[in-house]
Amino acid sequence: MKDLFRKREFNLFIFILFIIFGVSWRTPSFLYINNFVDILNDTAILSMVAIGQLMIIVTGGIDLSVGSSLALSGMSVALLNQYHPGIPIFMIILISIAIGLLLGSINGLLVSRAKIPPIITTLGTMSIYRGLVFVLCGGTWVSAHEMTEAFRVFPRRSFLGISSLIYLSILIVILFLIFLNLTRTGREIYGVGGNKIASQYVGINLKKIQYIVFTLCGGITGLAGFLWVARYAAAQSETAIGFELQTIAACVIGGVSITGGSGTIIGVVLGAFFMGIVYNALTMINVSPFWQMAIQGFIIIFAIIINTVMDKRNQQLMLRKRSFNE
Amino acid sequence: MNNCIIEMKGIKKYFYGVKALDGVDFKVRTGEVHALIGENGAGKSTLVKILTGVYQPTAGTIILNDKPVQFPSPQVSQKAGISAIHQEATMFPDLSVMENIFMGHHIRNKSNGLLSWREMKDKTQILLDKLELDIRPDTKVKNLSVAQRHMVEIAKALSLNAKVVIMDEPTSALTLREVEYLYKIIRKLKSEGKAIIFISHKFEEVFEIADYFTVLRDGKYIGEGTIADITVDKIVQMVIGRSLAQMYPKLEAEQGNIILKVENLSKIGVFKNISFDLHKGEILGFFGLVGAGRSEVMQTIFGIDTKTSGEVFIDGEKVYIANPSDAMNFGLAYLPEDRQIQGAILAMNIRENITLPIIDRTSRHIFLDRNREFEITDEYGKYIEIKASGWEQLVEDLSGGNQQKVVLAKWIATKPRILIMDEPTKGIDIATKATVHNFISELAKKGIAIILISSELPEILGMSNNVIVMHEGVITAKFTREGANSKKIIRAAIGSISK
Ligand SMILES: Nc1ncnc2c1ncn2[C@@H]1O[C@H](COP(=O)(O)OP(=O)(O)OP(=O)(O)O)[C@@H](O)[C@H]1O
Ligand SMILES: [Mg+2]
Repeated sequence: MKDLFRKREFNLFIFILFIIFGVSWRTPSFLYINNFVDILNDTAILSMVAIGQLMIIVTGGIDLSVGSSLALSGMSVALLNQYHPGIPIFMIILISIAIGLLLGSINGLLVSRAKIPPIITTLGTMSIYRGLVFVLCGGTWVSAHEMTEAFRVFPRRSFLGISSLIYLSILIVILFLIFLNLTRTGREIYGVGGNKIASQYVGINLKKIQYIVFTLCGGITGLAGFLWVARYAAAQSETAIGFELQTIAACVIGGVSITGGSGTIIGVVLGAFFMGIVYNALTMINVSPFWQMAIQGFIIIFAIIINTVMDKRNQQLMLRKRSFNE
Repeated sequence: MNNCIIEMKGIKKYFYGVKALDGVDFKVRTGEVHALIGENGAGKSTLVKILTGVYQPTAGTIILNDKPVQFPSPQVSQKAGISAIHQEATMFPDLSVMENIFMGHHIRNKSNGLLSWREMKDKTQILLDKLELDIRPDTKVKNLSVAQRHMVEIAKALSLNAKVVIMDEPTSALTLREVEYLYKIIRKLKSEGKAIIFISHKFEEVFEIADYFTVLRDGKYIGEGTIADITVDKIVQMVIGRSLAQMYPKLEAEQGNIILKVENLSKIGVFKNISFDLHKGEILGFFGLVGAGRSEVMQTIFGIDTKTSGEVFIDGEKVYIANPSDAMNFGLAYLPEDRQIQGAILAMNIRENITLPIIDRTSRHIFLDRNREFEITDEYGKYIEIKASGWEQLVEDLSGGNQQKVVLAKWIATKPRILIMDEPTKGIDIATKATVHNFISELAKKGIAIILISSELPEILGMSNNVIVMHEGVITAKFTREGANSKKIIRAAIGSISK
């Protein structure tokens, strides 16, 4: 625990509690457990994809194509479901992940082999993938009644009152917590982000690492694509437009250094949760929708400022505690 | 000489419980070169950073021209006439010399308030002329040599009309001639009545250039005095608190078979026809001026750069090394020259840095094993005496010399068969230097073949079995230990070939 809730993550956690407290004071129904389950459901997909984004940002890159990849894999499986309703749901999930892996690996190849900077690569593939969504659906929708029952309800299916969507996101969090913190490749990802040249000198294969993070992010995004269209029971050409910015925001709020080298999964998950809470709270306390976006932006900036200002003080506390222990 | 320009009294600086400075007194007079001496992590750079407003002291007062002052920011300190060349690079590589010099105090046109580049360019030219520097005001800083960059920083100090110029290890990246040139500049500044604070681990330099000294140890003030009244031994005693064992341990290592053979290695425009043999247990010294191409040769052997032609043999077999991990598989290790750029990952802690090259040995299958990592870090970290609050401390927060020790530990921990060391003792204090030299000798004795690149002649002469000298990309001379002396080596290094 002591390592997980370090510095910025801790600040953010406190800040979240603060908001919860403040809002529930005005609107007690905010505190209902159901409301929190709703928020978790709303932020599950964001958390998952933001973890993919985190890995790329840690290596010093960025992925602007996640929104489009999500839409493309979502649209593909929705169409598949529409025209071949017999395909079992777990196959659909695997196909969705596979499409995502493919799209991510294209990004990865362009960045690592063709040496095109990530921001340019993914700016390009963002348009290409989005364009392919249009081509696939011909500008029409796949709507609820065109999907099978099993497809539509999958994210909502619950066990012990918790939806499969939340279980899946917890699974992703745990898998990637292990991957980033306990495996060699995870350490190498942080190494590359911290200092590319020094990493090269110790024999870390930069190309391989870049390829891995883009591909893995693609895989998560692919899974998210299915979950998204199933949850909203609609696949359309505008699905998840602008979503890439939300994933980046979740990372930044969660204390990920945009220049690479540092950032934690717990931070990112809290970042995503924070965004969900703010959105939910603004609706609950009846802020006019016209104002919502502006206020949301304002609170995000405020959170980041608090984070950086309090960072130093917390570090101090941590280190003092550490030197006492020794 | 009682005209104190700066007096620091009872300065304390704690970093989260680490006492970097613990009650230091420090006085500097006008027209004096004041050497600040102490081991790695003694607190020298921290003191400098307090004087330049980078850090705020936890306690203590600063008195400038008999008035107590506070430096809440570097700008304030600069305005007060204090200017520093920091240990770690603080320049903007993509900007021109002129832009770097006037960064933060641009000259504006009086009538329209816009920047007046014309005037800045003229002023820069005057400063460069004064320093007898042959560079143009609009050259980008990244195209300058390390020595030239230092000179540009000095020019910046002059442009600020500094009364106190601080140089934190200015010579660690310079070669003999450049150091001579720096001395000349320092004497010139001194004759103009400026105070110079000079930090260096090399006592020859301190005795050559300084008038006065102050010694720090573990963040505490130990003593001060005039250089003329002290001996090297006494200063060493003050710095490390005991007297020093023999400096360059004599080698008794037995030399075995040829382990590394390089034949006619060339890279167009960088180096040409490099051939040499390296035996087991041998320490092969490479000497040359900055830019002689020594590091480039080694980087090519290690697979970081690609060669144009030539061959490399290990154990008599021709090998193809395409990247550092190939090289490491053949038992090579390369300790790079620049600790901040090529050596350490500053945002990682000491344990993660040291175990990064041996991550396949410390981990079980794909999973990391922190306990093993800790054991290895503890073993090498203690051996090489890294001064830190714990192995989980970020490398970024270590003193310069301790960062170098981390990089050193990291490469030694790979247990290589062939170890290439590029300026291994750069920025390391004398006591540790002796430890490192001892360690190098021990490695050689175990049969490890060592290539030692160094710009310090005593180190090359004291440590090597054989010496190779390079000049502008070619080997100009090879000496055996017996046949080598400083005169011959320097002559070969500046290009007058002697056979
Ligand atoms: N930002 C920081 N955070 C924590 N500890 C620090 C920080 N900066 C310096 N220290 C600690 O303060 C001590 C003094 O460091 P300083 O850089 O002043 O040493 P130095 O005398 O310049 O050494 P060197 O000769 O190696 O450059 C060291 O123990 C170092 O670890
Ligand atoms: Mg220092």
